[in-house]
Amino acid sequence: MIEVRNLYKSFEDKEVLKNISTVFEDGITNLIIGQSGSGKTVLMKNLVGLLEPTSGQVLYDGRDFVGMSKQEKVQMRREMGMIFQSAALFDSLTVIENVMFPLDMFSSMTFRERQHRAQECLERVNLTEDAHRKYPGEISGGMQKRVAIARAIVLQPKYLFCDEPNSGLDPKTSLVIDDLLHSITHEYKMTTIINTHDMNSVMGIGENILFIHEGQKEWQGVSADIMQSTNQRLTDFIFASDLLKEMRQAVVKT
Amino acid sequence: MLMGRTFSVPERMRMFWKQYVKEMAQLGINSIGIVLLISFFIGAVICIQMKMNIESPWMPRWVAGYTTREIMLLEFSSSIMCLILAGKVGSNIASELGTMRVTQQIDALEIMGVNSACYLILPKILGLLTIMPILVIFSSAMGIVGAYGTAYIGHIMPPDDLTVGLQHDFVPWFLWMSIIKSQFFAFIISSVPSYYGYTVEGGSVNVGKASTNAVVSSSVLILFSDVFLTQLLS
Repeated sequence: MIEVRNLYKSFEDKEVLKNISTVFEDGITNLIIGQSGSGKTVLMKNLVGLLEPTSGQVLYDGRDFVGMSKQEKVQMRREMGMIFQSAALFDSLTVIENVMFPLDMFSSMTFRERQHRAQECLERVNLTEDAHRKYPGEISGGMQKRVAIARAIVLQPKYLFCDEPNSGLDPKTSLVIDDLLHSITHEYKMTTIINTHDMNSVMGIGENILFIHEGQKEWQGVSADIMQSTNQRLTDFIFASDLLKEMRQAVVKT
Repeated sequence: MLMGRTFSVPERMRMFWKQYVKEMAQLGINSIGIVLLISFFIGAVICIQMKMNIESPWMPRWVAGYTTREIMLLEFSSSIMCLILAGKVGSNIASELGTMRVTQQIDALEIMGVNSACYLILPKILGLLTIMPILVIFSSAMGIVGAYGTAYIGHIMPPDDLTVGLQHDFVPWFLWMSIIKSQFFAFIISSVPSYYGYTVEGGSVNVGKASTNAVVSSSVLILFSDVFLTQLLS
């Protein structure tokens, strides 16, 4: 579980996050949604330590991450996995070398054991052996995201962070990625936090949804509550198109 | 601060060694071709220029060979060669690290708990420091081969005159001086572009700017330090 208490983040004079307090539960897919520029990525960077909060706390199962020493944070990071918007695979390594990288750096397994574990993770994300020896530039965007997922879970992290994992993917591939993240979260009982503004993800796998508006926590709930919500900003964001507005009205009427 | 993070104990020596060998190959071994090519032609040109423009009845016959050797050893193989490598290797380093920064590969390393500065930059610095003396020696040797090329193929001068000049009054310290200067330049060529690439913000345009700035800054620093080092070591 990750708990955020009274988090503020400013860049010079500009306050980007204002008094965010929330809890991200383990074993479920927690979503952070909001418009572009609302502070979702800044919040995520504060959670993983790429940015330091101006004030406030981030607690990992009760451990204060912000107050940890550099060495403690490095140790803590080995319990985290992250999937970036651009996949962030290492260009000079093949697919299998990318997935083996965390094992090469931090595990005491033999080479065969590391290779076997990496292959297991790649099979878990449905990547065939043909792709294992290819470089990131030689595979599609969807495959890159799956490799990124495999690399993020290879050390069996307790916490998984995904920054817009469906960015740049077609709707069908996005559903595949969503299902993969959802099933892995439940299988490994991880605390998974996903930044997204993909409404399919919100309605499909959002088990705990935090809506951020202009740096503030505007709404929190489950996907089933969204249809009935009276929060105008939330409904304007989710049901932005006329088609979705009509669909919502039809559901609410019934 | 970046250098402080760079010069840390690596997380895994096996991985560090692998990167170190890879960087030696990429930055050093892959530069041998251009070093040999340029040194050959510059050695030939220096010999021709000395023979055609300096020699007179009052000058001893070994002048062309002697000056070719001294120019190659004292300045070309260390300073000028490093200026050329600042362009080739420096831009390579800056653009590689800059691209890694803008595609979040460096963030990915940090999230994994890897000291990205140590993992990415330290092997480059140590790799280039290791391979640079070899490049200097190859450059000097190939410059002399180029000079012989003008004697045997171009018939600019009798090869015996060239040999006498090359052997005349050789000071071994000049070779060491060349190698010592090249070590300082190797540090500049690997660290300055690493800084520019590692600290890039934005997109591809800024990566390009960082690469250009890295080459310009490295070149200027090499020229400045050449003056001081030459004075110090002479």
